[in-house]
Amino acid sequence: MAGDGRTSGGMTMPKGAENGRRLQVASDKDVVSARQVGRELAAGFGFSPGDQTVIAAAISEIARNILMYARRGEVSFELISEGPRRGMIIVARDDGPGIPDIARALMDGFSTSGGLGLGLPGARRLMDEFDIDSGIGRGTTITMLKLKRPAR
Amino acid sequence: MEVPILKQGQYLIASIQSALTDADLSELREALIAKVGHYRARGVIVDVTALDVMDSFAVRTLRDVTHMARLRGSETVIVGIQPEVAFAMVQLGLTLKGVATALDLEEGLAFLNQRSRERNDHGR
Repeated sequence: MAGDGRTSGGMTMPKGAENGRRLQVASDKDVVSARQVGRELAAGFGFSPGDQTVIAAAISEIARNILMYARRGEVSFELISEGPRRGMIIVARDDGPGIPDIARALMDGFSTSGGLGLGLPGARRLMDEFDIDSGIGRGTTITMLKLKRPAR
Repeated sequence: MEVPILKQGQYLIASIQSALTDADLSELREALIAKVGHYRARGVIVDVTALDVMDSFAVRTLRDVTHMARLRGSETVIVGIQPEVAFAMVQLGLTLKGVATALDLEEGLAFLNQRSRERNDHGR
């Protein structure tokens, strides 16, 4: 799914809905706010503390990517309940330069910013679904889904 | 959010109190490296118990602290990584290779004392 530049179907954000939030990302403080808001939403939805941390870590990585490559953008969250499929959708959107080679950007250790090159591939491993829609000159949209495991 | 750095004998203890921005982490790195020299510290403990996540930037910064302090003759140990934080780190592929870790402050101090003894023994 990831790496082919398509957007997953059905993952759209409601506007101002109670089960969603939208945050601007334009500074490193916003990165912290984004992961804290995401964690609170996840906690309120009944995600386990482990999954809350996983979600916060993934948000931190993709929000920082916005800052590093596009300088500004936004992160939005949506809680979904589609029958047994309950989870959190996280969308990171920017109008930056875009990712020229998505497959490479998802390789461990590949970075054009001098970072560890683990942000995107790491965030993908933390999530159940992960999709990048990007192209040169048209910005980047990353859509991730974390499913809530049913209570045992 | 500035991280308090305490001097305890030959060691420096940086106790992170809350979530840190990337700029906070970079400041912590600079402050620790400067203080290693100022206090002639033989060891550094970074307590990350209160850190909400350890992402790639936090890990890179702590790794840099460790290597820079080592070049200045000081050993570093990271203490207090919470179980769920460790879980997320492994999933992210962040291993802290080459960086000493200990369960908590007490274990961290024991580790540095041990290191210090080893160093003295080798010196004779």
